[in-house]
Amino acid sequence: MIIVIMVLSTVVLIGAAVVVFTRTPARQAVTLSVYGLLLTVLFVALQAPDVALSQLAVGTAVVPLMVMLAVRKVVAYRRTGRDDR
Amino acid sequence: MSRTVRMIMLAVGLLGAAGVLGAGVVGLPAFGGDRHPYRDLAVSAGLQRATANVVSSINFDQRALDTFGEETILVASVAAVAALLRPSRTERRRRVGSGLPVLESTRLLTVIFFPVTVLVGIDVVAHGAITPGGGFQGGVVLATGLHLLYVGGRYRLLERLRPIRIFEITEGVGLVIFIAIGLAGLAIAGQLFRNVLSYGQLAQLTSSGTVVLLSCAVGMAVVSSVVVLLAGFLEQALALVEVSEPDQSDEEAAR
Amino acid sequence: MTGPFAEFAHYYPYGVAGAIVLLGVVGIAISRDLVHAVVCLSVCQSGTYVFLLAVGYQYGGLAPIFGATVHRSTPVVDPVVQALSLTDIVVSAAVTSMLLALVIQIAKRRRTVDPDELRSLEG
Repeated sequence: MIIVIMVLSTVVLIGAAVVVFTRTPARQAVTLSVYGLLLTVLFVALQAPDVALSQLAVGTAVVPLMVMLAVRKVVAYRRTGRDDR
Repeated sequence: MSRTVRMIMLAVGLLGAAGVLGAGVVGLPAFGGDRHPYRDLAVSAGLQRATANVVSSINFDQRALDTFGEETILVASVAAVAALLRPSRTERRRRVGSGLPVLESTRLLTVIFFPVTVLVGIDVVAHGAITPGGGFQGGVVLATGLHLLYVGGRYRLLERLRPIRIFEITEGVGLVIFIAIGLAGLAIAGQLFRNVLSYGQLAQLTSSGTVVLLSCAVGMAVVSSVVVLLAGFLEQALALVEVSEPDQSDEEAAR
Repeated sequence: MTGPFAEFAHYYPYGVAGAIVLLGVVGIAISRDLVHAVVCLSVCQSGTYVFLLAVGYQYGGLAPIFGATVHRSTPVVDPVVQALSLTDIVVSAAVTSMLLALVIQIAKRRRTVDPDELRSLEG
């Protein structure tokens, strides 16, 4: 169990680094979703099924969807802004 | 200040923060130790109230007041999002088309999983006291299940199944039911959020008194909150189109 | 368990949690897009959940759900930190959505979401 938790913690750390250093937010939504899944596996290994359920639904589905929708709207505003100038 | 100066300050700050964090971590008890005093107290209190899921017992029975605070934060931030994302004067609502073609397999999977996910969500909320789950998790699972319709390309069906007025009302109703149960505890037993119903037997559906009722109230509030949040963002991204000046609206409509 | 590996294993999950928080802060500081900064804030918050759950873990402990398999005498992990984390996950998603709504409003008014270009107050 010790090895499993340490391996999962390392994978989560690498996932966090990937999310932070992905520059474009549209791609970040996908990596954030995968990171949420990795966190869920770590939480299950740490014997926390309630937290894993919460993290799975929120971090894998709801937040990346909102990020993608926000990016779409921001890009639309930026495009019209550049047309005006 | 320029970017390089900011980066240098960031590096210095990070080193300091890492040093302080490291010094703090070394003073912690070792990971995986067996000395957890709060655990012993919480588990014995939860078992005394015949609640199998001790986490739900903490959230809805032992520390229900903190959960009330969290629910208030949730409702307040949803109100803020609704205020920020309401259509402005220069925006016009257009009919959402079918968009890009959705794979047939995706459509089939969403049709199959939509009722399954909604049922699982209701189960997670209702069994919050005896299995892993509760109002928060079940509410988010329910809301996500509802939006499978959007993934399957049926945004108009989603709009019809999701009247925003109703969900805005149920969000407030969930909060009101939560505090009403707490006040009932105050009226009956003299303590806010006191568990006044019978405790029942461990791992039965009707065990643990008010935990199940509070879990359902929170589930109602959370599913409404997440649906209203996602509805605001979906509306902004898909349906609202900016019209900069009135005489340009014909160009926009033609495009 | 003794030896240098044991010492490492005693503090490694806490170190990972701290590193995730610091990574989130670095991401906010170097970001050139406000949506990217909001996502990095979300990563920073997830580091705190890892930390809380690591504090509550016990080797050989099971999930704190009692019933047929887990009896009164079975060692379980700490349920208090789990209760803290799970409400926080849902509520911070709502706060993240509020931040994203703010970013959308900034994009509407200033036509840019680059923090470097947003430095000056609107005249």
